[in-house]
Amino acid sequence: MNKVKFDYFIKGEKNQYEVIIGLEVHAQVSSNSKLFSGSATKFGAEPNSQVSLIDSAFPGMLPVINKECINQAIRTGLGLNAKINNDSVFDRKNYFYADLPQGYQISQYKDPIVGEGKVFLDMPYGSKEIGIERLHLEQDAGKSIHDIDPTNTYVDLNRSGIALMEIVSKPDLRSPEEVNAYIKKIRTIMRYLGTCDGNMQEGSLRADVNVSVRKVGDKKFGTRCEIKNVNSIKFMQMAIEFEAKRQVELLDEGKKIDQETRLFDTKKNETRSMRSKEDAHDYRYFPDPDLLPLKIDQKLIDDLKKSLPELPDDKKERFIRDYGLTPYEANVLVSEKEISSYYEEVAKLSDKKLAATWMMGDLFAMLNDKGLSISKSPISSKNFADLIKSIKSGEISGRIAKEVFEIMVESGDNPKKIIESKGMKQQSDPKELEKMINEILTKNKDKVDQYKSGKEKLFGFFVGQVMKLSGGKANPQLTNEILKKLLKG
Amino acid sequence: MSIDKEKIIHISKLARISIDSKKSDSLAKDLTSIFKFIEQLNEINTDKIEPLSSILNTPLRTREDKVDDGKIRDKILKNSPKKNEEFFVVPKVIE
Amino acid sequence: MSEIIKKNLSEIIELIKKKEIKSEELAQLYIDEANKSKKLNSFITTCFDNTIKKAKEFDKKPNSASLLPGIPLAVKDLFCTNGFRTTAGSKMLENFVPNYESTVTENLWKEGAILLGKLNCDEYAMGSSNETSYFGNVINPIAKNTVPGGSSGGSASALAANLTPATIGTDTGGSIRQPASFTGTVGLKPTYGLCSRWGIVAFASSLDQAGPMTKSVKDCAIMLEAMAGFDKKDSTSIDKKKENYSKNLKPNIKGLKIGIPKEYRVENMPKEIDELWNKGKSILKDLGANLIDITLPHTKYALPTYYIVAPAEASSNLARYDGVKYGYRSSQGKDLIGMYENTRSEGFGDEVKRRILIGTYVLSSGYYDAYYLKAQKVRQLIKKDFDENFAKVDAILTPSTPSSAFKIGEKTNDPISMYLNDIFTVPVNLAGLPAISVPAGLDKKGYPLGLQLIGKTLDEQNILNIAYAFEKNCNFNNEIKKWWL
Repeated sequence: MNKVKFDYFIKGEKNQYEVIIGLEVHAQVSSNSKLFSGSATKFGAEPNSQVSLIDSAFPGMLPVINKECINQAIRTGLGLNAKINNDSVFDRKNYFYADLPQGYQISQYKDPIVGEGKVFLDMPYGSKEIGIERLHLEQDAGKSIHDIDPTNTYVDLNRSGIALMEIVSKPDLRSPEEVNAYIKKIRTIMRYLGTCDGNMQEGSLRADVNVSVRKVGDKKFGTRCEIKNVNSIKFMQMAIEFEAKRQVELLDEGKKIDQETRLFDTKKNETRSMRSKEDAHDYRYFPDPDLLPLKIDQKLIDDLKKSLPELPDDKKERFIRDYGLTPYEANVLVSEKEISSYYEEVAKLSDKKLAATWMMGDLFAMLNDKGLSISKSPISSKNFADLIKSIKSGEISGRIAKEVFEIMVESGDNPKKIIESKGMKQQSDPKELEKMINEILTKNKDKVDQYKSGKEKLFGFFVGQVMKLSGGKANPQLTNEILKKLLKG
Repeated sequence: MSIDKEKIIHISKLARISIDSKKSDSLAKDLTSIFKFIEQLNEINTDKIEPLSSILNTPLRTREDKVDDGKIRDKILKNSPKKNEEFFVVPKVIE
Repeated sequence: MSEIIKKNLSEIIELIKKKEIKSEELAQLYIDEANKSKKLNSFITTCFDNTIKKAKEFDKKPNSASLLPGIPLAVKDLFCTNGFRTTAGSKMLENFVPNYESTVTENLWKEGAILLGKLNCDEYAMGSSNETSYFGNVINPIAKNTVPGGSSGGSASALAANLTPATIGTDTGGSIRQPASFTGTVGLKPTYGLCSRWGIVAFASSLDQAGPMTKSVKDCAIMLEAMAGFDKKDSTSIDKKKENYSKNLKPNIKGLKIGIPKEYRVENMPKEIDELWNKGKSILKDLGANLIDITLPHTKYALPTYYIVAPAEASSNLARYDGVKYGYRSSQGKDLIGMYENTRSEGFGDEVKRRILIGTYVLSSGYYDAYYLKAQKVRQLIKKDFDENFAKVDAILTPSTPSSAFKIGEKTNDPISMYLNDIFTVPVNLAGLPAISVPAGLDKKGYPLGLQLIGKTLDEQNILNIAYAFEKNCNFNNEIKKWWL
């Protein structure tokens, strides 16, 4: 095991460099209404239709916090094995922007709701622990639309005030692959918990990526650059690769790296400096006087802890222990809550191991082909379990099973019905089979002689003939046994 | 702390208020005297004092997660100095 | 008939209840008086047609069970009023018409009151003389060329000139009590959290509190009862049952312990203020109260603390005025940032800009600990001073202001001397306590002066009772000659 070694380094002119990455993930909290107002949070609504007087910062408007958002942050914190802080404070982060109607974002600065935690990544070179620095609640900003009008920017405040969790990792990530695994892990945990839908296309999950490089063996971190608001894993990976190379080149040339905010240009695949942010770095944080300190009872934390669903790491352990799956299989099958539930439904009714193999093979390939999630699968878990049972019992062969599977995808029918109506049942009656095989051997006397005189390769030919004659339905194992017996005689 | 013109320029930028050069001189003078007054606080040792976090001793009240607001686009846009039927409109942002 | 407007609110309420006057007639009297009194510049906006319409509606179905039956009231232009322009005394909001109603004014209308108009105030309530208003300074009816105090200067002026039977203001550092003192009226700043801040244009969120301004202590109790109450839309609103301040008003203060803090005798304070304070002490003593010398050692640091905390909060609260959603927008500026900088430069007046800059500075990187954090620590000490003394006394008696009303323009060039006006009122806001200013006498110029009673948290009834007893025995007479008519 673990023969694979970590090997992501950037080659400079003289030195090898290691890449140090820390992520600030912004995850939209799953809630009906916004963090401090009763406006809806649905994606894709008409512009400015989910905006209250509070979200658009009218004079005299005041924030009142949404209880569910607090609970969601606590659940997420528990899912990240983190410390929940009994006392936390909401601060104002002050800056001006067209889509920030208050002129400040309500966030948490010194005293976040969730403190240190950790997650574990399954990498080819083993399990890796990534530290979580903190998680805090904050308001999302609205959206500035620059491309409708050449001289004006349009502002839509639907997103303004939606609750976000900012999850800050320690600078423990070392490669784009680890970033990929980390984001997926965090996303999986939140989806299990139902605290964030993790939909990156809809902007429910975005990240600021901090990148620095240092010579392999160095202990001190290099100067980091922050790449703002990257909204897909692919772009994060590309941005990191570009940025790490850029920094190494600068160091090779004997130049200094400026600590700055950069933007990933998805068209040019490069990062560039965001000049407009330069003087906006002094956010003048201070406790929001419209809100009081947030106190969380230990009882609430304990109650939420008790009501948490089984999390992916525990589920994986259980799949390995109870279902005899390999760590790899278990990992894949717990990657989405829906997948794991589907698998468990199938495994309860049929062979656990075979179910895993078929799910990860044919079922995933089909879903992938069709671009469907498992919850939209044309094959129900019950029907899929029946298919696995039919294979396991020898009622149909693997080859026939694939045909049945295809029909199930098209029709959504139960496999038993398909096997029945199409007469696809495997021939497993030894007498019938023996009769058929005898016929074949009689017809091919010359080949039988050759086989007996040592040309054992011909065994395959006989099997082929049996399959041909039976229309593929002959039980392969039985066929083998009977053939061997008859050819001996 | 004496406040010079340069500081006035820096903070007026942070506060997004343009200040012309003549005004910044008199502002620097005013703010210097105000800060001299404010700095009386340095007479008190506050090393062991917790800052006041809230004048009220009650915990933060929460609300239920219900949608009971929004869907008032006309109301929201009504007072805007520049808008169209759907959006607030502002001069182009130069990134 | 025109003598009616000189009466106290409680008397007028009786007249309405006894059907001796109709709401419409009453409204018309105030409208006529306001129309004759434009020189005082106490109104920014009037809505007289609507007042008459509402008064007629009341007269058709008079409900005398309510606290303020058919009573026309003008309010400070810091309260957002649905359908009526709300300016906060600023060019920034010159044309802003809210489509929502502040909780406090909504409470008044629910009790039967009717809006007369919006009263002038210092811009965003930042000032102590009502000279920072974009809509011009307000005149104190006590004498030509005197300021009414601020920031609720229009409220105090209109009340003293009988242009409204009672009114409401907001008090962040003395903005109700100081103008009340300057105009010979009663002004109460409630415990922080007693009146909802929802719908009031914010100045400094941790200090702002709305309160009544009236001609008598009884009126004050009625108004406070009408406007106060828990509001779930304000996270800092105190969740408690409504109190019947007017019904429970009793002039008996026998045996109460009144603290007299030595720190409120400040340098260069006119002798008259000291004499007035002594007069107050002896009245309370004669009524059976025990006077107890106390010390509030951090009093002198209250004003410096205030001038960090209030501007810091204001710099952030006023960031929303950026020309995007509502209010003034400059046509200058080539991009978004240029638009912001010009909008805020042209839309705000000098005092507001000065305070935004102070606030921005004390929060900025490298200065936060030295100023803002330091101030919040001193604020803790100021609060502790009060907490410790309130274990020993029931209320504290101090002068309301260090001087009587001053001349227009007298202090506009010296911000510090202007700020010093609030020296006796600011500690109360920092500690979140209730305090009332009651008129106590006239100085040698014949200008009124007030005394302040500071109470324990949510002990409004107690300071109202003391003020009520004091009022009955003080024989204060506000001699306002209607020189402007």
